[in-house]
Amino acid sequence: MEVLWFALVAIMIAGYVVLDGFDMGAGIIHLYAARSERERRSIIASIGPVWDGNEVWLLAGGGTLYFAFPALYASSFSGFYLPLMMVLWLLILRGISIEFRNHLDSPTWKPLWDFVFTFASALLAIFFGAALGNVVRGVPLNPEGEFFLPLWTNFLPGTDAGILDWYTILVGVFAFATLTLHGALWVWYRTEGPVQERSRRIAWWALAAVTVCMVVTTIASWSVQPQIPASFARYPLGYIFPLLAIAGLAGIPFYLLRGRELMAFLHSCLFIVGMLTSAAFGIFPYVLPSNAPTHLGLTVYAAAAPAYGLRVGLMWWIPGMLLAVGYTAFVYHRFAGKIRLEGEQEGYGTY
Amino acid sequence: MDSAFALHRLHFAFTITFHYLFPQLTMGLALLIVVLKTMALRTGNPHYDRSARFWAKIFAINFGMGVVTGIPMEFQFGTNWARFSKAAGGVIGQTLAMEGVFSFFLESSFLGVFLLGEKRLGRIGHWFSAFAVFAGSWLSGYFIIATNAWMQHPVAYTLGPNGEILLSSFWGLLLNPWILWQYLHNMTGSVMTAAGVMASIGAFYLLSGKHTNYGRTFVRIGVIVGLISACLLAFPTGDGQGRNIARHQPVTLAAMEGLFETVEGAPMAIMGQPDLNNQKLDNPFLLPKVLSFITHQRWEAEVKGLNHFPRDQWPDNIPLLFYSFHIMVGLGTIFIALMALAALLLVLRRLDRTRPMLWALMLLLPFPYIANTAGWITAELGRQPWLIYGLMRTENGWSPHVSSGNTLFTLIGFMGMYLVLGILFLFLVRREIEHGPEQAPAGEVK
Ligand code: HDD
Ligand code: HEM
Ligand code: HEM
Repeated sequence: MEVLWFALVAIMIAGYVVLDGFDMGAGIIHLYAARSERERRSIIASIGPVWDGNEVWLLAGGGTLYFAFPALYASSFSGFYLPLMMVLWLLILRGISIEFRNHLDSPTWKPLWDFVFTFASALLAIFFGAALGNVVRGVPLNPEGEFFLPLWTNFLPGTDAGILDWYTILVGVFAFATLTLHGALWVWYRTEGPVQERSRRIAWWALAAVTVCMVVTTIASWSVQPQIPASFARYPLGYIFPLLAIAGLAGIPFYLLRGRELMAFLHSCLFIVGMLTSAAFGIFPYVLPSNAPTHLGLTVYAAAAPAYGLRVGLMWWIPGMLLAVGYTAFVYHRFAGKIRLEGEQEGYGTY
Repeated sequence: MDSAFALHRLHFAFTITFHYLFPQLTMGLALLIVVLKTMALRTGNPHYDRSARFWAKIFAINFGMGVVTGIPMEFQFGTNWARFSKAAGGVIGQTLAMEGVFSFFLESSFLGVFLLGEKRLGRIGHWFSAFAVFAGSWLSGYFIIATNAWMQHPVAYTLGPNGEILLSSFWGLLLNPWILWQYLHNMTGSVMTAAGVMASIGAFYLLSGKHTNYGRTFVRIGVIVGLISACLLAFPTGDGQGRNIARHQPVTLAAMEGLFETVEGAPMAIMGQPDLNNQKLDNPFLLPKVLSFITHQRWEAEVKGLNHFPRDQWPDNIPLLFYSFHIMVGLGTIFIALMALAALLLVLRRLDRTRPMLWALMLLLPFPYIANTAGWITAELGRQPWLIYGLMRTENGWSPHVSSGNTLFTLIGFMGMYLVLGILFLFLVRREIEHGPEQAPAGEVK
């Protein structure tokens, strides 16, 4: 049961990264890919109706983590206090920049929000990557399963590491490159004309960066977290996850060359899911490993809520998520197709 | 009190109080937009569609604020109340996760469809998307009230060997008897806010002679819905809440009422200043025996005063608790009187010409917000010193590894951020009001 919930939470987090990841990536390339007001509006319009729904994956995933693994939720959220709060501020800034930008036509208003949108999206990508890096590297848990990390110490992933060390920064850069690629493919898929052309160019550059980062990060992870090689050695079946990632990554240039927009984007989704599940599999059975010599890492069994709660949770979680996936599909279907600004757009014109 | 502890409380109180300013309008206005869309469907009059479109714009701005201030709330259970989350997460995490899964997805998906899809969906489809937004926001209210109700009145749990709190009945948690009145009262409060805002903007249009035909519609709907909700707030929902408090949290009741001594035929204090040093209410203005009657339905019933309870069970900020409770009830009484008078004028068809009444309605705007905030302060301070009533004290629930320096840092950060957000929000809403409903044709990008 615990393992099942671990998988479900991992799926929700992966869902969040795939979905909110593309609107974050769209934000990262926004300033460069779209130059004129009309072009920028088309990028905003491509994510306007869906970004809040995408962010709900974070909330629902967080909520699920909360009730299925209360000890993990409590320990990690208080331990990563400062960076989490900064993530919250960035989420606020990004949300209002999307919501508020189109409310006023003024030569100072829109450029300001465009800048905030790009800035917050880029930093969020790096922060989320660094957060993942911290989870993989491990944290100095005490016997109560609690810890507190400063933002940085000496930038080495040793026992007195802070949130930022060379390893977690590396994962942050990797995440930045991945989401840039993901967002560029999304924009390539949803727009036409010069915006589409620029995002295609960005996609190629980002693809090169992602490939380099992936190799470097994988090597680094295997050496920083000994649990990872151990896990793969114990259950070789787990190699399926990195293979998925590689298949996804390989598909991107293939379809990029052939101009198959949706397929390229979907392969980027596959790549992200593959990487995240590889990381989750690699640290399993830990959910929060320790980097201190005490080896007090939090395992999935120790962090989980008792059986009754997990069992009833399943009763509502499954129908609830099916409904949610249904609405999400409905909205994407409703707003499918290329963004064309004239005529097509309708309604109250918030985006 | 440890200063980190005090700061964690302030941090949470500040961010939740700011958050709740927005959902209360969201939930109430979602209902009123469904009302407007229904009127548009039934009469076929584009006037109502245009009105709905106008309110939808304000709704969208407000909703955005609710979203960005709501996300930090969910995280703060873990960041600032780690010990509490660890002990109780298996219980309240259920309702919080259900809120995300069942209501936020519904709400956020259909809001996009509602705002951008009026032409594509057709009239019925568009009505349905408005209804889905309404249903999502009211469901979200239910789950969050269920969470809070469990903290006020924990049920459906057993204690584990290490003091963890284990969920023992899912339906027990969702059907906690405390939820009924709390949910109805709180939702009625948010309808009151929306009705007040609608009436106030309508009155503003009438007084300034702009968009007067819309002004008349807004005032009419605001006054009718406002009168109904003001009455429901006092009875039965407020009364029901009060009786729950009297039965399950008698010490809270005594503190809310500033009642220091146990008496038979207890009076109700309309005003006064609790004086903790001398344990009495200064300058009291009392209605004899009323408190006994409303809590026990007998004029001579005994009501326990604070002195009946050990001091370490007293809420820790009795004066603020007393004032916030009295502000809520006092405002509630004023709303009933004001709305009843306005409704009378409406029936006599004299409301749009009675300028003093229009002024009063226009100036009503902030007061439902004040009443709702005061109500929550009453509920949350009244629960003290417990974080989970009778089960976990607040001083045992915070995150001991997060120092006061870090907490102050993020508190100041949130204060600065929210100050800017608040100014932007007021600025944008003011612009929409200035533009008015005429300027919102369907099928145009701004
Ligand atoms: C427009 C808002 C509004 C108005 C006019 C009133 N209330 Fe209220 N009240 C709320 C908005 C509210 C609230 C914000 O919705 C609260 C806070 C917590 C809750 O569940 O509802 C609340 C809580 C609350 C509580 C519970 C406090 C606790 O849990 O410790 C009681 C006993 C009352 N109310 C009673 C009343 C009475 C007798 C009113 C008479 C007119 C009244 N309220 C008007
Ligand atoms: C339903 C959702 C809510 C939950 C689960 C909740 C939970 C909490 C928690 C965990 C605390 C901190 C511990 C404490 O000091 O007792 C708290 C305090 C507080 N909350 Fe709430 N709260 C909710 C809604 C609200 C709302 C809407 C308001 C708005 C006005 C509010 C006002 C406060 C205040 C003023 C405090 C500080 C009390 C103090 O520190 O003495 N709460 N609440
Ligand atoms: C500590 C308690 C609370 C938490 C953790 C919380 C969490 C959240 C979150 C994460 C959102 C954003 C949802 C999205 O992205 O769509 C949100 C919005 C919302 N919240 Fe809260 N909230 C709390 C208190 C309350 C209370 C007391 C109410 C009302 C009874 C409420 C009602 C709503 C509603 C209706 C929304 C919809 C968006 C909006 O109003 O703008 N919340 N909340």
